[in-house]
Amino acid sequence: MVNKSLKKIYTTLIFLFLYAPIIILIIFSFNSSKSRGVWTGFTFKWYVELFKNEEVLTALYYTVLIAILSSLISTIIGTFAAIGIYNMNYLGKKIVLNLNYLPILNPDIVTAVSLMTLFRFANIEFGFLTMLLAHITFNIPYVILSILPKLKQLNRHLAEAAMDLGATPFYALRKVIIPEIMPGIVTGALIAFTLSIDDFVISFFTTGPQVTNLSITVYSMARRGINPVINALSTLMFLSVLGLLIIINKRTSKDMKSRGDLI
Amino acid sequence: MKLKWTSYPYIVWMIIFIVIPLVLILFFSITSGDVFKIGEFQFTLDNFKRFMNPTYLKVLGRSINLALKSTLICFLLGYPMAMIISREKIKKRNAMILLFILPMWMNFLLRTYAWLTLLGRNGLINYIIKKLGFAPLSLIYNDKAILLGMIYNFLPFMVLPIYSILIKIDKSLIEAAEDLGASKLEVFTKIIFPLSIPGIVSGFTMVFMPAVSTFVITSLLGGGKYMLIGNLVEQQFLWSGDWNFGSAISIVMMIFILISMGIMTKFDGDRKGGGLW
Amino acid sequence: MMKLKKIILILFTISIISLVFTGCKENRTVLNIYNWGDYIDPTVIEDFENEYGIKVNYSTFATNEDMYVKLKSGAGNYDIAFPSDYMIERMINEDMLYELDKNNIPNFKNIDERFTDLSFDPGNKYSVPYLWGTVGILYNKNVVKEKVNSWRILWDKKYKDEIIMLDSQRDSIGVALKKLGYSMNSRNIGELEKAKKELIRQKPLVYTYVIDEVKDLMVAEEADLAVVWSGDATAAIRDNKDLEYIIPKEGSNIWFDNIVIPKTSRNKKEAELFIDFMCRPDIAVRNTDYIGYSTANKEAIKKLPEDIKNSKVAYPSNEELDRCEIFKDPSDFITQYDIIWTEIKAEY
Repeated sequence: MVNKSLKKIYTTLIFLFLYAPIIILIIFSFNSSKSRGVWTGFTFKWYVELFKNEEVLTALYYTVLIAILSSLISTIIGTFAAIGIYNMNYLGKKIVLNLNYLPILNPDIVTAVSLMTLFRFANIEFGFLTMLLAHITFNIPYVILSILPKLKQLNRHLAEAAMDLGATPFYALRKVIIPEIMPGIVTGALIAFTLSIDDFVISFFTTGPQVTNLSITVYSMARRGINPVINALSTLMFLSVLGLLIIINKRTSKDMKSRGDLI
Repeated sequence: MKLKWTSYPYIVWMIIFIVIPLVLILFFSITSGDVFKIGEFQFTLDNFKRFMNPTYLKVLGRSINLALKSTLICFLLGYPMAMIISREKIKKRNAMILLFILPMWMNFLLRTYAWLTLLGRNGLINYIIKKLGFAPLSLIYNDKAILLGMIYNFLPFMVLPIYSILIKIDKSLIEAAEDLGASKLEVFTKIIFPLSIPGIVSGFTMVFMPAVSTFVITSLLGGGKYMLIGNLVEQQFLWSGDWNFGSAISIVMMIFILISMGIMTKFDGDRKGGGLW
Repeated sequence: MMKLKKIILILFTISIISLVFTGCKENRTVLNIYNWGDYIDPTVIEDFENEYGIKVNYSTFATNEDMYVKLKSGAGNYDIAFPSDYMIERMINEDMLYELDKNNIPNFKNIDERFTDLSFDPGNKYSVPYLWGTVGILYNKNVVKEKVNSWRILWDKKYKDEIIMLDSQRDSIGVALKKLGYSMNSRNIGELEKAKKELIRQKPLVYTYVIDEVKDLMVAEEADLAVVWSGDATAAIRDNKDLEYIIPKEGSNIWFDNIVIPKTSRNKKEAELFIDFMCRPDIAVRNTDYIGYSTANKEAIKKLPEDIKNSKVAYPSNEELDRCEIFKDPSDFITQYDIIWTEIKAEY
């Protein structure tokens, strides 16, 4: 019995630790004064200000746009790459997969400065394009890694049978292989999307003055000091993440997939 | 099946955006001169020599020290949590893990910013302390604040891999051990813990790696007083413009990370592909 | 799976449409302005956009060195920048600035002669004065009861965790040099090493190193003493009457921020239009009033409210100004400053 209540207390404490800061941010997003310690009255004014803040809105626009484009492109390139890698011989596979691991294993900041150096060297203007290219680059490895296991489960003879029956390789790819590995592709796309939305370090180093994403905006606002507009933004983001997670959870609990896929 | 060609676009992509950038960094780290004027460079080891200066070695040491501390604390806090969650009934278990992931989905910077508002001299915690009649504390702009920021941000990275290993442990193994008279402690030390080592290893790497290279947490919670290796790289590239020295530090950092990854995976007999996710 | 395919398709279409949409939106000339944080009245930008149909893309930097690195690395096509004296000198030497066509800047006549033709840009070929100010100590009268007149107080252990320093290498090293009785433009490695030791010794007493946040922190009384630029002092004192600003007796730095057109610019004409706009007396008054720094525009001074015009913080006495030095470009010595600053930040 003691053991059980101890567990309860421990769990509560950990969850309190995880959520207290967020909840306090949410509460203070309705506080009428700028102060962080004292409650002075209820207001929506920070939300109004948030939606009038052009800096935040443009950042939001670019964040979403880059997330969609980069996840799409990286999913396409990654899917084909995974299929190709799967069909490589041992040595080729080993080399490509190890290189593929580099952006994952390397600290973000090393990937970021190396890309920054490349863009500078190639004389590409820093901005939307450089940021998009950088996002695609760090997304593809995750897409490949989520598709490869599905390919391993795939029956090798399936595509061969299709081709024996007269299907062109491309037709076999489209009608046989892709549908079979679809869950992996979707997971990969989702991972890419979230990584892109959440990225700060790599965007920070590869963007120009015209284009910023939400993370960069929050960083510069936070460095300038306490700003209740950020609290309002956090609240909205938290709620949308909560909503999204509930929807995904409903979807996945229907077909009881493994939880690991969620992350 | 002749489908190798489908990977060629990516191989080209990889060479341009992964291999060449790293080669460039390596090149800059062993040269000196104006990086923006191609052709005017000399090979030198000065950048690495400069890094060997005690000031910078201390920065490296401090980064490793803080990252190790945060990894260890995450482990001590996270392992029991993963155990507790893994023993719940499946429905509750899933809900709890979901709750654990949820903050992770929120923007990393917002999460760090949240602590800024809590710990500040006029923040909520100090407000309560003052109301209780004590003198306000210096909670922010010190290494403890940075450590806290790391633990807060990276704790889920420790819990999730351990949890996903723990739920896969065959229950009959534990039952068998209990039938044979093993105590609870013995079951834990002889069966559960050894079997969960792969999860611990990937938890360690997933916490240690971002912690050792962070510059965001330091610059938001450290008040410009604390410099970790990540900040040093950031400073050299963005503010000092000394790309050669910055590249040298990046190379040191990369080699260090890859070596420690290698050591970590040694502990984990058969590494399962994308162990990170 | 069908549903997902549909969602992906819809998302794809949206993104393509929005891409096309942004493509159309940007027909107007875009002027990239790179300024110090909190260094312009935001409504002035809006007015400029409306008046000339030019879109302004405004971004900020925190120190001269940051700005220099950004411009040098070519990371952005900035059309307008606001460097200080010594940095202008350096940028002229490195051929990073366009020569200005004064015919396009008729309002240049409003600039006070005291601030034109200074040593860093003889004849103002490359730059137009914007604002100027000093470096000093801002402190809270209620807590710091003693007389504040020396940099020395920033090393007083009594004020541990109550001191805010500028996160800017020239200014912080300059303060230490002045405290030791040296010139802020020292090119003597021994003196710089001593300054470094002083700053490292001071570090445990420092609450935080910041730039723009210093105003908020001092107004909220999070610290007792801060090294600030005079305009930030004016703005802070406006919000908290317990604050006071002084220029220490050892002397300090007087600086001038001018407007320049870097060679990264692709819209020189429009940039000159902007400079001219900034020199208009009514615009200069609004900026000065909003920011709190001292204007170099003599027509604007006449129109300023009495309290600002007579402010000792913004317009110090000649006797105080005589104690102040202008920063010079350390040219090849810049790496020394940089290394020293990195080592100060790395040490604790």
